[in-house]
Amino acid sequence: MKIIVPVKRTPDTAAEKVIGDDRTVDRDAGESVLCPVNEFSIEEAVRLKESQDAEVTVLLVGPESAQSTVRKALSYGLDGGLQVTDDAIAGSDALGTARVIAKALESREWDLVIFGNQSTDARTCLVPAAVAELLGVPSLTYARHLEVEGDTVTVHREHEEGWDVVEAQLPAIVSVVEAINEPRYPSFKGIMAAKSKPLDVVSLADLGVSADEVGAGNAAATMYEFEPRPPKEAGTVVEDDGSGAAAAQLADWMVDKKFA
Amino acid sequence: MSELLVLIDHSDGAPKKLSLQMLSAAAGLADDADVSVSAVWLGAGASDAAATIGAHGATKLYHWDSEDAHGYVTLPQVEGLQAAIDASGADVVFFASTNHVKDVASRLAIRVGGGVITDVTGLRVEDGRFVATKEVFGGDMITTSRVADGHVQILGIANNAFPAEGAGGDAPELVALDVDLSEAATAAKVVSVEKQVSADRPDIAEAAVVVAGGRGLGNEDGFQLMEQLADVLGAGVGASRAATDAGWYPHRYQIGQTGRTISPTLYLGSGISGAIQHRAGMQTSQNIVAINKDPEAPIFQIADFGIVGDLYEIVPKLVEELETRKG
Ligand SMILES: Cc1cc2nc3c(=O)[nH]c(=O)nc-3n(C[C@H](O)[C@H](O)[C@H](O)COP(=O)(O)OP(=O)(O)OC[C@H]3O[C@@H](n4cnc5c(N)ncnc54)[C@H](O)[C@@H]3O)c2cc1C
Ligand SMILES: Nc1ncnc2c1ncn2[C@@H]1O[C@H](COP(=O)(O)O)[C@@H](O)[C@H]1O
Repeated sequence: MKIIVPVKRTPDTAAEKVIGDDRTVDRDAGESVLCPVNEFSIEEAVRLKESQDAEVTVLLVGPESAQSTVRKALSYGLDGGLQVTDDAIAGSDALGTARVIAKALESREWDLVIFGNQSTDARTCLVPAAVAELLGVPSLTYARHLEVEGDTVTVHREHEEGWDVVEAQLPAIVSVVEAINEPRYPSFKGIMAAKSKPLDVVSLADLGVSADEVGAGNAAATMYEFEPRPPKEAGTVVEDDGSGAAAAQLADWMVDKKFA
Repeated sequence: MSELLVLIDHSDGAPKKLSLQMLSAAAGLADDADVSVSAVWLGAGASDAAATIGAHGATKLYHWDSEDAHGYVTLPQVEGLQAAIDASGADVVFFASTNHVKDVASRLAIRVGGGVITDVTGLRVEDGRFVATKEVFGGDMITTSRVADGHVQILGIANNAFPAEGAGGDAPELVALDVDLSEAATAAKVVSVEKQVSADRPDIAEAAVVVAGGRGLGNEDGFQLMEQLADVLGAGVGASRAATDAGWYPHRYQIGQTGRTISPTLYLGSGISGAIQHRAGMQTSQNIVAINKDPEAPIFQIADFGIVGDLYEIVPKLVEELETRKG
């Protein structure tokens, strides 16, 4: 079985200054990391590699400097990397990014693609389903459990009230939520081996994508203003002295505000 | 006059609260946008919900009464909605910005050449197009976006961003949709549905009040105390990742950057430190209450009301006090 795991490089949540002058996320500001949600998609791929002898390729769409993120993903024991790098991609919206990912997937053979359900910066959750639509394959998203048996993939698809058990034939696209597994850390051996794993870096032209399908100028949804949220006024903080007065004061406050 | 479509998210035959909020938001902007508001109901139950939908501002209700709407993953909904777009010529679609519906919007956008904005918390109309505001980076920033000309405007509305006001309109005109499912639409089937909700406790995304518990609870049983408090308040119960990771409460109730985003009128957190990744999911709550024994806990920086102390001392007393006040 051949698996592709698309991963994103995201700014470290704890870092500041995340929006650049061009009003898109400035991926060069502060520390950037492998999107933490992708640790779960990688772990799921590694498990399938262990149980079914799968071959796993990591895919990243992003600037040249994101190569370290591809290597980081490889250090978990994946087999090879594919990176799409092109200045024209900058400022793409989720659907533009999905177009590039879909073309990159078309350039390879695969049975299963494992996404994270969302990225920690954009958090749109739009990419996996859009890619599936572009490729005409099923999208079994928000998986909290994943099984592949022969040509059938079964997923427990999480929702607000529990989950749906859903199934489809391969090739298919899935996205995973954190609850699906507990990611391992890369081993020292994995980190060393990652340095020499094959990594192809391709451009839009290599994939047959025209520059007017992507980028800020062709985004269907554009963000054109941003401002910091106005600061909040300091609230009341009381210390509990064991008398129950603090709880009574909170209850009064809640009644006053009509919460109770 | 053109039509604006609101895709109704429903459960057990009733529209979800967010669907009514979307209808009210649409009705409030209908004059500015020069549109009439139409609802789209996919699956059984449209006629029973028609009165409520009309009362919230829709003048037309497109419906597709088929089991198939929820028998397969995502695509039947996309094709049902596509049929409604074809029938109405609509150029604007509002959808519930929640996980499964986002997939419908995403696939729809590819099919109809649309642009999608998710998690919208504010809307206005400028030059005949919708301008949307949303909160990003855990509510630290507010951004303004629009869908470019020539693209269908597919706008995902966040929970609790708009009030659900019943303006008292008449029952809408019912229009049955003719949906001819493609072969692809039945490729991923729903084998079974696992529902695990307490019938009388609202979901955290919908709830006006959310009670949340963290590592400070110390164990799984602590959540019984959270549920007790929630039940006096008619609240939903959420958790920090430390608590869901420990297996004390299910992952779908995790609030935060990699969990869910909530915007209730009141969030009440106990034994939660307020790490940045947690705040990313609850910072936009209108009022924040924190109970924590560490006065330095970062949650106090954003709390409207905080109590420094042991939650096992404070919460039972709070439950008592609230019960007394209820009478
Ligand atoms: C990539 C990434 C994504 C993440 N996503 C999320 C997310 O979506 N949601 C999320 O919540 N976290 C997330 N986290 C984890 C986050 O960083 C914190 O570790 C987590 O929120 C801590 O949970 P907590 O506040 O319950 O626990 P702690 O930080 O351990 O805080 C427990 C608090 O309880 C207090 N306490 C202890 N005993 C008592 C008592 N008896 N009475 C009163 N107070 C008491 C302590 O003073 C302390 O402040 C993420 C982390 C990473 C790296
Ligand atoms: N630039 C990218 N390159 C590769 N994969 C990506 C990229 N952006 C998003 N993804 C994938 O899409 C998932 C969902 O992201 P999003 O739709 O942005 O919330 C992520 O977890 C990644 O697996």
